[in-house]
Amino acid sequence: MSNIIQFENIGLRYGADAEVLSDINFSLATSGFYFLTGASGAGKTSLLRLLYLVQRPTRGVLKLFGEDVVMMHRSRLPGFRRRIGVVFQDFRLVPHLSAFDNVALPLRVSGMNEREIAGPVEEMLEWVGLGGRFGALPASLSGGEQQRVAIARAVIGRPDILVADEPTGNVDPDMAKRLLGLFEALNRLGTTVVIATHDLPLISQIPGAQLMRLDRGRLTDPTGGLRFPPGTSTVAAGEGRPLGKPE
Amino acid sequence: MTEKERASARKGSADTYPAGSPRNRWLPEGRRGPMPWIIAIIIFLTLLAGAAALGLAHALIQMRGELAGGYTIQVIEPNAERRAAQVARITAYLKTERTVRTVAVVPERQLREQIEPWIGTGTEPGELPIPALIDVDLEPGTQPGRIASIERTVTAIAPGARVDAHERYLAPVEQLMRTLMWLAAALVAMMTAVTAAVVMLVARSSYETHRATIDVIHLLGATDLQIARLFQRRIALDVLFGALIGTAAAVSVLWFMGRSLAATGADMAMMISVPWRLTPLLLAIPILSLLLAATTARITVKRALERTL
Repeated sequence: MSNIIQFENIGLRYGADAEVLSDINFSLATSGFYFLTGASGAGKTSLLRLLYLVQRPTRGVLKLFGEDVVMMHRSRLPGFRRRIGVVFQDFRLVPHLSAFDNVALPLRVSGMNEREIAGPVEEMLEWVGLGGRFGALPASLSGGEQQRVAIARAVIGRPDILVADEPTGNVDPDMAKRLLGLFEALNRLGTTVVIATHDLPLISQIPGAQLMRLDRGRLTDPTGGLRFPPGTSTVAAGEGRPLGKPE
Repeated sequence: MTEKERASARKGSADTYPAGSPRNRWLPEGRRGPMPWIIAIIIFLTLLAGAAALGLAHALIQMRGELAGGYTIQVIEPNAERRAAQVARITAYLKTERTVRTVAVVPERQLREQIEPWIGTGTEPGELPIPALIDVDLEPGTQPGRIASIERTVTAIAPGARVDAHERYLAPVEQLMRTLMWLAAALVAMMTAVTAAVVMLVARSSYETHRATIDVIHLLGATDLQIARLFQRRIALDVLFGALIGTAAAVSVLWFMGRSLAATGADMAMMISVPWRLTPLLLAIPILSLLLAATTARITVKRALERTL
């Protein structure tokens, strides 16, 4: 299985402060399902920022889709970003755009024909339970509804990588299960999913998912609490590659 | 969900926004603010300054055309008979000169009429000697060397004669007009720079205002050019609106001023007008301002985006 994301000796610091991420080494396989956990301030958001390309590391090699993005010219990054779906913890919906337009935004950015947009967007909104709220502005939606719009926006373009920061934090357990089902379905279609979460029951719902844990900016051993199906591997600190099938 | 229900949901309610908005409305289309009115004032002043520059340039060309090659020979000889003889010899010589287009002796009666306000009426011819005047028009493009040669011949015939170029009389006026013309042209250049500066400030401010939205669009994979075009379109619309108002106001004022100048009947005033064939140059000002604004907005936003990843 090829690697879609590769971190080699990655370090990140903001300004002259101490490193918030140190010596991060791991590889994520194409079509893998990964959870990222860690206490608040452990560096989860910083690691996700590196993944969705709003931040470059201060050292190390970061390869996405087989290409080093650290030294890459910024004019090439939009093409990479279009292949990455992101669900932000604070949703980051565009406040003056309706739920429909927020979800349609990635398709419009990628230049899709306007006539081809309506069908998939409506279908996606209906799937996340917002079939009657196409025209609703984010301010008129509840936290859970906003989160579902944010998820719909992240997955509408069938990204190669989906990065989600606490994607089920504001929804009820039923909807959380439903959304996780959506991530799984997307994963089965080939999308590599990386979810940052504190929700351990959520992690246990995905058999075969692998766990990364961050502790004070360093990647530590996985909990081992996940079940690993045959042919998959887990990710450990300092290895720079998958560990292989567990004993 | 039925198609009818979908259509209804897309239409939205009181707290909603019509779905399916075009791709160019990623930024909110709110109140326009003072920008169009600032641009209207700038365009209005630029057009007035431009009209002044063109009008003065046109007047200068007209004036030069009318004065170029015009000379007055003043024969200053107290003895009337000798004066008449000198005038006759000079006239005869000038008529043989191929670079001379026309020669006309100003009648003495006309000269007396002109000086009547100062000397009064009742003086007999010869009682008060006045110089004889000969108006000469040279062919256009006569070389200065040829003119100097004519002048030498004239003063050889009549040693007291003075040859005055008409251009010399109006040289200070011409200088003043030229200065005003360049001043007006400089004002056009400065107003153009102000337009670019205003657009730059508005683009930067608008960029900061919509920073959160831009960050999201950027994260979704929008290129710098796509984002810059959003601002370019908004600012171009503002400038277009301002340019239309400014142009309408300037055209009204220029039309009124043209009528007022024509009503004076003064030759000089009539000369300071923008001929029809030059009006496209004037109308190019709002169009060029629009292009300048759109380009400035695009460059400003692209530069701001280049400071991000």
